[in-house]
Amino acid sequence: MHEMAIAQGVLDIALDNAARHGAKRITAIKLLVGEMTEVEPDSLRFCFEALAEGTAAAGAQLQIEAVPLVGRCRDCGAEFAVQRFRFVCPTCASGGVEILSGRELKVEHLEVE
Amino acid sequence: MEIEVMANILDKNDKIAAEINALLSANGIFTLNLLGSPGSGKTSLLERTIAALREDVRLAVIEGDLFTSKDAERIARHQVPVEQINTGGGCHLDANMVKGVLPKLDLAALDLIIIENVGNLVCPAEFNIGEDVKAVVLSITEGEDKPLKYPLMFKQAAIAVLNKIDLLPYTDFDLAAATADIRAINPGITLVAASCRSGEGLADWYDWLKRQIAEKKRGVHKDE
Repeated sequence: MHEMAIAQGVLDIALDNAARHGAKRITAIKLLVGEMTEVEPDSLRFCFEALAEGTAAAGAQLQIEAVPLVGRCRDCGAEFAVQRFRFVCPTCASGGVEILSGRELKVEHLEVE
Repeated sequence: MEIEVMANILDKNDKIAAEINALLSANGIFTLNLLGSPGSGKTSLLERTIAALREDVRLAVIEGDLFTSKDAERIARHQVPVEQINTGGGCHLDANMVKGVLPKLDLAALDLIIIENVGNLVCPAEFNIGEDVKAVVLSITEGEDKPLKYPLMFKQAAIAVLNKIDLLPYTDFDLAAATADIRAINPGITLVAASCRSGEGLADWYDWLKRQIAEKKRGVHKDE
């Protein structure tokens, strides 16, 4: 249940940003969650709801956008969707593949009142 | 009103992890985050490692555990410094917990710190705790499907130890398939097939560790 720690991180960031903008209430929080992260969205929502109770983020909607896992070959430059976590270039079979996206755990924006 | 944020959720943890790594690096210490399922053989590997390296390497152990000090007691029998972190049911160590025990260690007198994480193939993969690299232990009895089921753990690790190979004749474990899956997830990973019971294959692990320690002294390893 490390989603509790992730939810606490989301809440801290949201409350901090809302306070700095003088917002009274946070109505929605947009998250970017990469395909290759160990985060279960339902579990994250559940944890967040419990933690946000009694704060300016109580009742805020968590909008979770899944970010697909995309790799780029360092040898031939090919960009491709990584299937079944196979980090081998489909074009030149190189194992030198860097992750372009899919490891995100980010708060993108807030909607506040 | 909309507020643009674009902040990493684990930023606070990552910053503390970077501070820890800077402190340990300044002391020339190579730091390993030892990961794996409960019962995969992390503590057995540690006991073997201490016995094999204690003459040449000044090492300390940080033991992560849910509630007990059973593993720390096993390590303390080998007369090396050991610090216990109880997560109180938490499924992973985080950087702040590690930071809390560091003042109890004499950093100037160490070459190597091994942090045994909570037994779990999922949660600890997301949390940097100040290590130079992660090592994962996978035992034969867990089944060869585990790398693909828990790919992040194997992607993040610099080395995987396939433990309990003395049990291969008694299981259906497909060593070739497991090896191929791990290498597909992480083509650059170092793989060691070993048995902490018989000692088979462990020389490769000791050699790898000694190389990392030597490279750390020369300033090769950097914070991830």
